Amino acid sequence: MSEHPAALPGEPRVDLEQALAHGLSEDEFRLIERGLGRTPTFTELGVFSVMWSEHCSYKSSRRHLAMLPNQGSLVVGGPGENAGALDVGDGWLAVFKIESHNHPSFVEPYPGAATGVGGILRDIFAMGARPVASLNSLKFGSFNHPRTRYLLGGVVGGIGGYGNCVGVPTVGGEVMFDDAYNDNILVNAFCLGLARKGELQSARARGVGNPVLYVGSATGRDGIHGASLLASAEFDQSSDQKRPTVQVGDPFTEKLLIEACLEAVKTGAVAALQDMGAAGLTSSSSEMAARGKLGIELNLDRVPLREPNLTPYEMLLSESQERMLIVAEKGREAELQAVFEKWDLHAVVIGQITDDGRWRVSWRGQAVADIPVAMLADEAPVYERPFAPPVRPSARTTAVKQRPAPAEALRRLLDSPNVGSRRWVYRQYDSIVQSNTVIEPGSDAAILRIKGTRRALALAVDSNPRACAIDPYLGAIAVTLEAARNVACSGARPIGITDCLNYGNPERPEIMWQFVRGIEGIRDAAAALDTPVVSGNVSFYNETQGRAIPPTPTLAMVGLSADLANCRGQFFRHPGDLILLLRTSNPALAASEYAAMFGGEGRLETIDLQKERALIDLLVTLAEARLISSAHDVSDGGLAAAMAECCFSPAGNLGAAVRVSAAGLDSAVNLFGEGPSTVIVSAPPEAARAIEHRAEGRGLECRRVGTVLNDPILKIDTEIEVDVAELRAIYEQALPRRIQAHG
Amino acid sequence: MKWGVVTFPGSLDDRDMLYALRDVMEQDAQPLWHKDRDLRNVDCVVLPGGFSYGDYLRCGAMARFSPIMESVVNFARRGGLVLGVCNGFQILCEAHLLPGALTRNRSLAFICERLTVRVENVNTPFTCAAQNGELLRLPIKHGEGLYVAPRDELRRMEDRGQVLVRYVNQHGEPSDDANPNGSMNSIAGVANDRFNVFGLMPHPEHAVEPMLGGDGGLRIFRSIVQSLA
Repeated sequence: MSEHPAALPGEPRVDLEQALAHGLSEDEFRLIERGLGRTPTFTELGVFSVMWSEHCSYKSSRRHLAMLPNQGSLVVGGPGENAGALDVGDGWLAVFKIESHNHPSFVEPYPGAATGVGGILRDIFAMGARPVASLNSLKFGSFNHPRTRYLLGGVVGGIGGYGNCVGVPTVGGEVMFDDAYNDNILVNAFCLGLARKGELQSARARGVGNPVLYVGSATGRDGIHGASLLASAEFDQSSDQKRPTVQVGDPFTEKLLIEACLEAVKTGAVAALQDMGAAGLTSSSSEMAARGKLGIELNLDRVPLREPNLTPYEMLLSESQERMLIVAEKGREAELQAVFEKWDLHAVVIGQITDDGRWRVSWRGQAVADIPVAMLADEAPVYERPFAPPVRPSARTTAVKQRPAPAEALRRLLDSPNVGSRRWVYRQYDSIVQSNTVIEPGSDAAILRIKGTRRALALAVDSNPRACAIDPYLGAIAVTLEAARNVACSGARPIGITDCLNYGNPERPEIMWQFVRGIEGIRDAAAALDTPVVSGNVSFYNETQGRAIPPTPTLAMVGLSADLANCRGQFFRHPGDLILLLRTSNPALAASEYAAMFGGEGRLETIDLQKERALIDLLVTLAEARLISSAHDVSDGGLAAAMAECCFSPAGNLGAAVRVSAAGLDSAVNLFGEGPSTVIVSAPPEAARAIEHRAEGRGLECRRVGTVLNDPILKIDTEIEVDVAELRAIYEQALPRRIQAHG
Repeated sequence: MKWGVVTFPGSLDDRDMLYALRDVMEQDAQPLWHKDRDLRNVDCVVLPGGFSYGDYLRCGAMARFSPIMESVVNFARRGGLVLGVCNGFQILCEAHLLPGALTRNRSLAFICERLTVRVENVNTPFTCAAQNGELLRLPIKHGEGLYVAPRDELRRMEDRGQVLVRYVNQHGEPSDDANPNGSMNSIAGVANDRFNVFGLMPHPEHAVEPMLGGDGGLRIFRSIVQSLA
């Protein structure tokens, strides 16, 4: 095949207009023509439109992402692979990544969220790691919006429907409801897998003449242009018409694919392995070849199809789920095919690795695409989009409304959909399969043991769009620190980050400014904590009709504990334990749930990163010295809500009597303010001196504020004295009562 | 004794069952493959939880036609011990080794939580190590666990003591609140009339270590070991 690909009968003519309709710019189209030395065919145009889309090429974000620290003593494997990997000891590697599936989930919530889970799982087992835990971070509109219940039910159903059926526990996450997401919800899915050291699978093609195997489900017409038209553009009134761009997931096949791929990797006959994710066959084949600086040749006649008569364009752009591409060691393809046959899955040789650096595709004896690999995978234009702070500051200052008495404010906060129990959500997820979940959903972080070792991993995912809306830099720092505190409260040392950066349209300077400031915030916080950002994902164009979501960087933090026995939950455990407060600075009402409900001012306090680092270190040492019974990070709803949560033990309600008032600090700010950083610790009285000593040594404030009570009563200063059972009933009903309100 | 744990395509708790039996119970347990017919001389066959064949038709409806199920049915007819958990329970009902059927939870949602069941009959190979009326903390995780059977059949089952475990509240009594899925008579698990086949929706293999939510499930595995000793 040396002739140029020619137009296929009946294919639309390729010109500038066609290119624009594909989401490419005029400059990009000219660049393609120059690079090829000719006008691309219609099929090639489709291929460029997905590979050069924002979603696949990171053309607006790439140069800023380079700021993030990605090195560290535990980091294994180079950048450019499908997910990051950290050495967690005893011969194990933790492989993890978070990814967005926002637009598909808004258009079609159940399949959109389900396939989000499926996609992130494949990124993990493509690395030869068995997926062992999932998390998710969800943002919905307010309950006053007519679609919120539908979207919530669909997304939670989709995550459960997929996750429960593949045998990977969903061990935690976060959910938030805010008007700002009425027209653009966020669904971010995280997965962590474990691989044996030395058995990490690469996605870098090698070996000229090595056969290329297509494995998994057959290809259909679903998800065509998911990456380009759906994920890389804003929503408008025609978004409903994009429903066919959403893929349909089949978790049963995914489960078989997990087992088959892990078994295949064990044979040693797999040279490279990659998920056919966004832009399906096109991206997987060109990216694997690009990483190996090689070429690849594909014969579309051999692609397993769900229905006859798919065109090359459709086959190359389909985002049908549960498919992987393998570069096999030459001569060992039959060995691999036997594994997939055992699991009743397709495994077909559809091409081979070449040495000419070209991505060549044939169909029915005819060339349909012939493009330099590098042009597709590496040479998409990189944009230095202008960025500038908004002319009008976006601080969400709200007028102070009538503020209720503290006890009433506490009740109303616990009833907030952003503070109340998430049980309605996580009860629909299998959180225990694989027999590793030591601390189940509902605490600050989930704790997983690593079987056969004493080690444990702590997982938390956090975001704080209200803080990021006020100050995208400080907000991103606060998010990073909160995720780290959640992990440290559980007794584990934070060791690595994966980030999902959800923003509006990057072509608008103020959005680009939010993005850049967000990355700078994560960079500074991650550097202060020595926690590399090992993987991540950028989701732009989260806006509808010109209204962007608040900047929402979502961070998942992975923590490591050398001894499972040091891990702790957030709940009080022993009546008679002392309650201590660890604080790095005074809280503030800015960006708090209290301010959202009752009004408040809108400036974030500056953050002392060294002090925050000291707090994290302190929490880890307290856990390692086994001085504390529990630790809980104060976040949504402030100190009073957090104190109540500590009493809501799964083993039965406990009480607390505390005096927390502080000179010069307004009582509402003290009780309901948020922001870095306050941690509630409970400990046996005899440990208190040692805790204080360790805190003082790090220059941190540590106050004994009260005692854990057997009586389920919560007493805070003279202002709050409430029955814990009553508070818990409010807390437990916050979501169900809203969801059931309208059937 | 020897245990065999069947893996169907879509089985999920097969590895956890093997872990509970081998690593916690220190038993001789081996995996069995759905395409095989050989039960390898095991003394107890376990059908684990999961979504066999994706459960796209009806839970367990496809799995009952797999080659190994022919052997399991014959094994059960000869009096061999068969334990089905969750999807395994559904498969046993589909294969008519157990009476009744399992349908959508009344909430129509998947439920994952730890709850309490009461042991109703200790004169069986699956419960003989428990006390009569003993309360066990076990987790459930299913979308289709609402147990139904014809009224007269149910009455006969209750009379014969075929209901081995029932969902109960903290006081040890069946109640509507404590019935997670709407099962008739709060039934969590039943045996056949020869008491050699037992299916239950709660997962004993996920309750074998105090650190991971308690060890109430050991009662069931120990009963089986004891009955064959």
